[in-house]
Amino acid sequence: MTTQTLIYLFVGASFALYIGIAIASRAGSTSEFYVADGHVNPVVNGMATAADWMSAASFISMAGLIAFLGYDGSVYLMGWTGGYVMLALLLAPYLRQFGQYTVPDFIGARYYSKAARVVAVICLIFISFTYIAGQMRGVGIVFSRFLEVPVDLGVIIGMGIVFIYAVLGGMKGITYTQVAQYCVLIFAYMVPAFFISFLVTGNPIPQVGLGSEVADGSGMYVLQKLDATLTDLGFTAYTDGTKSMIDIFCITAALMIGTAGLPHVIVRFFTVPSARDARRSAGWALVFIALLYTTAPAVGAFARINFVETVNEQQYADAPEWFTNWEANDLIAFNDRNGDGVMQYRSGEAFAGAPVFTEERGASGERLVSNDAVEGENEVYVDRDIMVLANPEIANLPGWVIALVAAGGLAAALSTAAGLLLVISTSISHDLLKQTFRPQITEKGELMAARIAATAAILVAGYLGIYPPGFVAQVVAFAFGLAAASLFPAIFMGIFSKRMNKEGAIAGMVSGLAFTFLYIAYFKLWNPDANVAANWWFGISPEGIGVIGMLINFAVALAVSRVTAGPPLEVRRLIDSIRVPRGAGKA
Amino acid sequence: MSDENNPDDGDSDYVTSEADQAYWKANIRLLVTLMSIWFLVSFGAGILFRDFLDQFSIGGYPLGFWFAQQGAIYVFIALIVIYVRQMRKIEKRFGLDDDE
Repeated sequence: MTTQTLIYLFVGASFALYIGIAIASRAGSTSEFYVADGHVNPVVNGMATAADWMSAASFISMAGLIAFLGYDGSVYLMGWTGGYVMLALLLAPYLRQFGQYTVPDFIGARYYSKAARVVAVICLIFISFTYIAGQMRGVGIVFSRFLEVPVDLGVIIGMGIVFIYAVLGGMKGITYTQVAQYCVLIFAYMVPAFFISFLVTGNPIPQVGLGSEVADGSGMYVLQKLDATLTDLGFTAYTDGTKSMIDIFCITAALMIGTAGLPHVIVRFFTVPSARDARRSAGWALVFIALLYTTAPAVGAFARINFVETVNEQQYADAPEWFTNWEANDLIAFNDRNGDGVMQYRSGEAFAGAPVFTEERGASGERLVSNDAVEGENEVYVDRDIMVLANPEIANLPGWVIALVAAGGLAAALSTAAGLLLVISTSISHDLLKQTFRPQITEKGELMAARIAATAAILVAGYLGIYPPGFVAQVVAFAFGLAAASLFPAIFMGIFSKRMNKEGAIAGMVSGLAFTFLYIAYFKLWNPDANVAANWWFGISPEGIGVIGMLINFAVALAVSRVTAGPPLEVRRLIDSIRVPRGAGKA
Repeated sequence: MSDENNPDDGDSDYVTSEADQAYWKANIRLLVTLMSIWFLVSFGAGILFRDFLDQFSIGGYPLGFWFAQQGAIYVFIALIVIYVRQMRKIEKRFGLDDDE
């Protein structure tokens, strides 16, 4: 069978599996639709959380980012795992003990205020839509490269699949589909990683391979060799970063705290039977996530070595097939500055910005670009996103591994998209309609509203996937920064301070959100030219500014709560009831 | 993580029971210990003291780099496991281990 046939087979089979599971586990009540009736086994929930959490960005982009960032890539590794410690210890068990359906439910009840609930809903919708646009782009990339269909059609197929299991199945359907998707994606990630680790170091365990010697008889360790190769070509050493320590510190912290404040992750802990299970479940989730996250740095390092060795100083005419395949997809470009037909891969840009291809071909047959020239010697442009997808091809792995990676990338993107769509639809049907504007709505009406909201959210997400606003990739930092600056402090203080009242919480959320939003929007949207370290406050980049937003939130909330009346009696009782796990809260 | 169990704002008719306060104190003590370790392995070993630690190595990994890309994650898992176990013990001590 050709690789292409295998890809259709693997992707088709995985889609059939997801739809089958969705039909078998349809939701019949709002409780099933919102939190799977609170009956999910903690291990199963851990696995579903892992799939929910690991998005197209984790599966497709992260190893590629690390490959090009080296030590600086650590911010993603620590940031996106350390948040689970905060979740397990500081938030999840108490929110489960509280025992309602959503994050705005908690904020609305704890701060005895519809206004607080609505502010939380606005934060939640903003965070989730920012995040989902990136997922749809991931679906588009995988479809266009592997299934040879136009990106638009790919996004529509993806929307159709998510529609079936999110709208029919609700949280119950999503949970069990996510378990299947976790299995597909982790298998798809680990198999090529074993192969490549074995090829490069002779040890198949990537976590060990990265600390081993290269199997080329040179006696050098992988990281030593990488450092030496890269510094020769004018790059910074792999184990040294280029970011400042304060920036690394703040980005890591913003990602950790943001993770703990992401609504689609938190809501997963509402689905287990008790507070105790919420703790265990967070532990399992981290185990399942760590499997991929400790493999990613090895995959990134091996990919960088392989890339340099197969591309640098090679004749374009003899370039491997994967190189021209990705060139045809606009993600690689060769700019033959010196006209020798040989690809010189060096530090610096090959030309200004992302490639704009003309229809013409150069002397060696490469696609020509119309970008402005820049100083330097580098002739190769490569999009970081292709590293994981191209890895099996770069390492010459068999066709079925490539097919597996395509199915895995889609599983990662679809599982996260479904989880996000669900929190968006829940916040509209439950928080805005049932709890705020139409309390008299019936159970049946609410379930219908949840399904309509999910459908509408899918359409918006699909639109964002087909017509990605130019700044999508730029604003992923939004989701984490805003979650860290708005929702996390409100939830944390709601549990750990009995004195925090509605005035303090609302003022804190609004000021943290506004500060973070303005700082990121200024550097990312309004004045991108000014986005350099010299202009940043205290040298903190927009990616890390959520931490300062969080501190502002805490400071404003504490100050305001000191000069206004404390929370009423029943709220203090509520806090005691969520602190002490006496019997399971009712879901 | 300061905790004011009974803020003096008028309704002193509701008081958290002593057992619950003791349980909460034990919980907070555990949290502070575990979160300190969490901070030390990630922000400490992986970022602030990385340059110092990089003079040592595990296999081919410089130690600080290893903490940042591998070690911190393993410690995170261990922290949650310890937390789950210790909380069970605390709950048993306070008679809260009513398994359904």
